[in-house]
Amino acid sequence: MSTTNERRQEYRALFKQNVEKRLVVDKIVRIIVFACVIIAIIPLGSILVEVFKNGIAAISYEFLTATPGAIGSGEGGIGPAIQGTLIIIGLSSLIGVPIGVMSGIYLSEYGDNKLARTIRFFNDVFMEFPSIVLGIFAFLVIVLILGHFSVWAGAFALSLIMFPIVARTTEESLKMVPITYREAGTALGLKKWVITFRIVVSAAKNGMITGILLSVSRIGGETAPLIMTILGSSQFFSSMDVPMDALPLRIWRLSLLPYDSAQLQGWGSALVLIFIILGINLTVRYFFANKKRKNGLFGQLIKKGGKTKN
Amino acid sequence: MGKIKLKSEKSSRRPIADKIFKIGATVAGVYVLVMVVLLVFQLFSESYPIWEEEGLSFISGTDWNAVEGRESFGALPYILGTLVTAALAMIIGVPLSIGIAMFISDAPAKIGGPLGFIVELLAAVPSVIYGLWGLFVFRIYFKDWIETPLHDVFGDSIWLFSGTPFGLDIITASVILAIMIIPTVSAVSREVMKAVPQQQKEAAYMLGATKWEMFKLAVFPYSKTGLIGASILGLGRAVGETMAVTMLIGNATGIAAIPSSFFKPSQTMSSIIANEFVEASPASLHLPALIGVALVLLLIAIAINIVAHLLVTRMLKVKEGAINN
Repeated sequence: MSTTNERRQEYRALFKQNVEKRLVVDKIVRIIVFACVIIAIIPLGSILVEVFKNGIAAISYEFLTATPGAIGSGEGGIGPAIQGTLIIIGLSSLIGVPIGVMSGIYLSEYGDNKLARTIRFFNDVFMEFPSIVLGIFAFLVIVLILGHFSVWAGAFALSLIMFPIVARTTEESLKMVPITYREAGTALGLKKWVITFRIVVSAAKNGMITGILLSVSRIGGETAPLIMTILGSSQFFSSMDVPMDALPLRIWRLSLLPYDSAQLQGWGSALVLIFIILGINLTVRYFFANKKRKNGLFGQLIKKGGKTKN
Repeated sequence: MGKIKLKSEKSSRRPIADKIFKIGATVAGVYVLVMVVLLVFQLFSESYPIWEEEGLSFISGTDWNAVEGRESFGALPYILGTLVTAALAMIIGVPLSIGIAMFISDAPAKIGGPLGFIVELLAAVPSVIYGLWGLFVFRIYFKDWIETPLHDVFGDSIWLFSGTPFGLDIITASVILAIMIIPTVSAVSREVMKAVPQQQKEAAYMLGATKWEMFKLAVFPYSKTGLIGASILGLGRAVGETMAVTMLIGNATGIAAIPSSFFKPSQTMSSIIANEFVEASPASLHLPALIGVALVLLLIAIAINIVAHLLVTRMLKVKEGAINN
């Protein structure tokens, strides 16, 4: 079949037109996709700028250390809230980290069976449970039984948010430790638990610390479970069995008050909270990301192994 | 990771310390299962009075009254409120997240890495700070630039836009929720897209595809399951989110909380719990009713998350298979 020259020209024009159309579509999609990224970054930028801009005016030595003044007076500070946040983070870690780490060890070192797969699955699902439901759970099993609001209940609720995160990150970091390390330990005749703690865990330390600190930064900002467990207060910590304050709770309470001074204090508290949480988050991610970029956790381990050989 | 199998490990001569260690680790592992069972059991047994009193009309009822003597509890408005805000958040957030995932999965690592990191920082901002920002900053702009013009154009003639744009309503809460689910959905979508074998993408390019056509031909069909899973994971997060929604949704109760327009206040399951839990007296039916709401919320969240995890793991398993072959 032969085609005339005109026909050929026609086809060429059609082809060119078609290609141009496809390229235009491609360009439009590129622009849309880029716009998506920008749209997502705007809120983050706005939040950081607003919190800093509005919060910095509230920060003073008195604000950071004093107890809250009378409602609407604009006096006083958030000392108890800062103290409470630190206490609750510490206590939750005390409960959540050991359970999480041991659970991670189980999943990584013994996790080759059906039970472990079930645990891993429910661990992932548990991570996404609404935190307010965990708060109610802590209320039911601790507050209702003791008969009063308690710091333990808050710590228990937050530890429930924490331990699945710690378990999964521990498992992932332990899995990165080469099997040869364990074999070397076994060859030396060490007991399994000695191998796990002295060799495997110490080799996977960085990843585990990353997971623990990320979970700390996660629970530090949780509010909902604290409403029904530690309730909030305007006094400094006195006992485990009375209500206690925490920064997120204080921000929530302040935001509900119709006074400008309360709003200002709210922004100030938000600045302190975001400083703590993003501080932990950024530091951890910076160190971890840096190592990853250089030679990965795995590479680090190999290098360490090489050193001991010399 | 495979485990080291030595004869001594199987034999009964294994040191007692190791047995204790294994038992300890197993107990810590089983802890999560115990907690799940205990959680569902506790919520059910503590909310039992309300199921006994209201029966299934607890789920289908629209009246919510905690006043003594006139007690009546129907959770339908809050269930609807939760589902509507979460659905709107999905409609806004998922396309954005998939766009972000496309950009990052395709960009050179130097740009994609930091950008992915910045988007993930959205997840590190505490919910209550989203609420504060939403209440004092976002709401004002959103009301002036989007809600009021929409209301002026469509007015009360279209039911979706009826009501007074005030900023404390369904649409504001949904937009904030959409922002909050972006990090989850985009991070999982990115992983899923990265799991598409390089050969498939190259094959598409070899056919002369543009970048968009490559995504259409190679990436989307392959990662469809995973992308759906990622979105459902976002849905799970949106359903359980509490503080920001409580601060922005306007907190209507009872029949007024049934979502009927973008610009009307409503209430979600988690926000009614946050608002009323402390005031509820354990002696009345109010507390069991709120615990009942929590039980419904938990069951919805569990169902959503199980589906999401199954879809995502299936997708990532397919990837492993492809690499091994």
